[in-house]
Amino acid sequence: MKDHEAMNAPTLSSSKTVTTLREHIVEIISDSGEGAQRCGQSLGSIAARMGNGIWTVEIIPAEIRPPARSIAGASGNRIRIGAGPVTNGGDETDLVVAFNEQVLLGRVRADELKPDCIILLENMWREHADPKIAAAYVETHDKLLAAGYRLIEVPMERECRARVADAKRGKNMFALGMLCSLYSLELQMGREQIALTFGKKDASVVAQNVKLLDAGHAWAEANLEFKFRIPPAQRATEPKVVVNGNTALALGVLASGMELCSMYPITPATSASHYLSDVFEKIGGVVHQAEDEIAACAFAIGASYAGKCTVTITSGPGYSLKQEAIGLAVMGEIPLVVVNVQRGGPSTGQPTKVEQGDALAAIFGSHGDAPKVVMAPSTIEDCFYSMITARKIAETFNMVVVVLSDASLATSQQPFPRPQFSESWIAPPVDQSAVPEGMKPYDWDAATGLARRFIPGQPNGMHTLTGLAHDRASHVAYDPEINEESIHFRSLKLAALQKTLKTPPVFGDPQGDLLVLGWGSTKGAIEEAVQTLRDEGRKVSSMHLRFLQPLPGGVKEILQRFRKVMTVEGNWCDRPEDEIIDESNRRYSTLAMLLRARYLVDVDCYGEIKGQPIKPSTIRRVLTAKLQS
Amino acid sequence: MNMLATECLLELCEERFELEDYQSGVPRWCSGCGDNAILAAVQRLCRDEGLRPEKTVFVSGIGCSSRFPHYMRTYGFHGIHGRALPVAEGVRLARPDLTVFVNTGDGDCCSIGAAHWIHAIRYNMNLTVFLHDNQIYGLTKMQASPTSPRGTKSNTTPRGSTLEPLQPLSVTLGVQNVSFVAQAVDWIPELLYDIVKAAYHHKGLSFVRIVQRCPEWLPKMWDPWLHDPQRIQLLHHERGLQPSAGLATVYRNQLEHDPQNLNRAREIAANTDVIPVGILYRNPAVPCYEDLRRGGQLRTDEYIRAGLEAEFDKFTVWPQVAA
Repeated sequence: MKDHEAMNAPTLSSSKTVTTLREHIVEIISDSGEGAQRCGQSLGSIAARMGNGIWTVEIIPAEIRPPARSIAGASGNRIRIGAGPVTNGGDETDLVVAFNEQVLLGRVRADELKPDCIILLENMWREHADPKIAAAYVETHDKLLAAGYRLIEVPMERECRARVADAKRGKNMFALGMLCSLYSLELQMGREQIALTFGKKDASVVAQNVKLLDAGHAWAEANLEFKFRIPPAQRATEPKVVVNGNTALALGVLASGMELCSMYPITPATSASHYLSDVFEKIGGVVHQAEDEIAACAFAIGASYAGKCTVTITSGPGYSLKQEAIGLAVMGEIPLVVVNVQRGGPSTGQPTKVEQGDALAAIFGSHGDAPKVVMAPSTIEDCFYSMITARKIAETFNMVVVVLSDASLATSQQPFPRPQFSESWIAPPVDQSAVPEGMKPYDWDAATGLARRFIPGQPNGMHTLTGLAHDRASHVAYDPEINEESIHFRSLKLAALQKTLKTPPVFGDPQGDLLVLGWGSTKGAIEEAVQTLRDEGRKVSSMHLRFLQPLPGGVKEILQRFRKVMTVEGNWCDRPEDEIIDESNRRYSTLAMLLRARYLVDVDCYGEIKGQPIKPSTIRRVLTAKLQS
Repeated sequence: MNMLATECLLELCEERFELEDYQSGVPRWCSGCGDNAILAAVQRLCRDEGLRPEKTVFVSGIGCSSRFPHYMRTYGFHGIHGRALPVAEGVRLARPDLTVFVNTGDGDCCSIGAAHWIHAIRYNMNLTVFLHDNQIYGLTKMQASPTSPRGTKSNTTPRGSTLEPLQPLSVTLGVQNVSFVAQAVDWIPELLYDIVKAAYHHKGLSFVRIVQRCPEWLPKMWDPWLHDPQRIQLLHHERGLQPSAGLATVYRNQLEHDPQNLNRAREIAANTDVIPVGILYRNPAVPCYEDLRRGGQLRTDEYIRAGLEAEFDKFTVWPQVAA
């Protein structure tokens, strides 16, 4: 079944074919700096206002300024527009607007376009003064046409030049105008979007962009023979926030009442700190850019020790560097939130690409027994609320809470209902009440391992926190029994938290032939694939875990109600078809390994580490094969 | 004679602390270890300044010197190797009401934590930092440190260390935003106290290098200096320290040095034939990072809510109003 399959037969409206769709995936790509990103984001916002579901994904080249017209240099945005809610980036692209044929070629070679994709291609290159460029354009144009793509040349540059002096700045709004026409979006909403986007600049900038938007719309109306409609299943009734996952994380930091973010620049985490740097001070917070990742973590630990709960935001390599300091926070029972926006690894890996490779490092990282909480947001909205939850858990249990986002969530946008502020989100002021006589800094509760948090300034609480093994009084432990006692209680805290976690809901029936489990950013794609198979009558369900450490209760009982269980994850697992891979040496994906170890259940896995979000069609294929195996 | 009732009350309210109020446990340093002298000077400082124990924090890294907080009856943070400074900076930024000291050794500060040392000077946060420099790794049992003199025989340099030592004073004085640099030796307690006190009173990062004996691993290292008072160079100035008459008769090698003169301070630091003791540099005008960064707002729920709603406004798409 094709996602973009027409729901209704085409109808003719004002001499044009208007096709009503359930959804479409649109891309706008250019050299970096030509504004394709902004065009895509604006299109997404307009569709969201209409009540459409959207999911936007940034297309980012690895370099800041790759050479113009290079195959690896595509920069832009991909928008999946749906009649109903959209939970992931979907499969291949249905329609693409390209500012040159080389960046387009990059997308074709990456298999990102559907075989019958509509291509709207800037045609200025055909007449280019450099014969090599003109020849390259013609060659690619002819090839793509021969390959079956529905290629339409558009004189974007010429049309823009007729209206403004520098067409390079503003071609993106011409493209937006075309797309408004193509998808039957109201032009007025495009104009409003421009006013919002450029509102801070002077009126002439807004006027010029509106002029180009109108021109693009008029050109498409006059020259294209087709139009689409993606009527929203429901009219938008509530205000929604449209941000990417990193901005959502940063908003969550604001909402959590945390006052300090200590960080060191690293991709793809840094954009969260960029945004925080801009706004945190307005509500009395500080972003501290430390001299390195270790210092960022140690600084956060110092501030947390002093009575605040602090967050440090990083990505894979930075997370590795913080390990020793994280162990110190575990040992000292200092609340701390660590965000790891995962990217491809190991080592420098793929800095701008998505991977779910750090969960084991998060759970088991740091030497010795270092229990910490690990949670993974699975939607943009989740990125926001996870920060509030993480801060609360950190302060309630005096633990380190690791929040695993990833490069896909970081750069994707999905509207979510505007949160209603609650005072309960915010951290209480620093407790400066006197410590009761005789109470010790680690008076671990026998059942839960919890102890009062001692904070400098509290009378009678003086002690030296230490990373050395210590007893209840925080005295260095030379007695072997004491070391074991402290490890025992720090471990109990995880169990205490686990007792408060709800069993995650099952998507689909509570029993059947196959249960697929996932965590983090794969949720939307997994559930979409599962729904499609269920629509075909397959007995497939899924379950998505928000907490990886501790795993919530009740999971084993659910696993046992399915004939087969597997995970779908963005990390490596050995392939059984390899000649030397068998049950005795196969390395499983992260969650599969955890589930097998915890529940003694046979859990298979599918892992993909191509640096792109796993597509629903891929998952569908994998699940179908598993059902038949 | 009549006495006003209020005067009487002030007397009653005034809190006094004794040395015992700052003492915790029996130090496990070797006898003759310079750390003992530093501990004594610092406990005396706390008493004389009337520092409330619960409002005072000692932060350290790892090494012999970093056991220091355990022997203070204040709050203490005995962290991980090399990271005392960033931890202390976090405490400082979060809590302007606390007094924060840092104890770090030559391995902790000048080797594994060197990056933090450089940047701590640049941040210039209000911290009093004691570099316990005994020029050897003690706790890990005698390995050469970055400040070990060339030729130092140790377990990792059995035929003598091959590199010239790093000069902590010169390095510190070379970093932008340096605001207080002093040097003391553990065997002149009177000066050690005066210097520790001057460091405490400086607002900004006060860096005190304390030349310290290690009787276990380098027992004879400082003998030439101990036996020849001429090799101690007393720095004095009306804006610096003014050593007592008694000290001045023992330590006759004196140099008048204005702590405002950075270039002269660098020259003094570069001379390693003698040990300059006193304040090399002091500039109270250098701004503190926490003052530059910390807002003065009271973070009420309403204040946070207003800020958050303003941010949501930026990103909200409102449903299209029905025509």
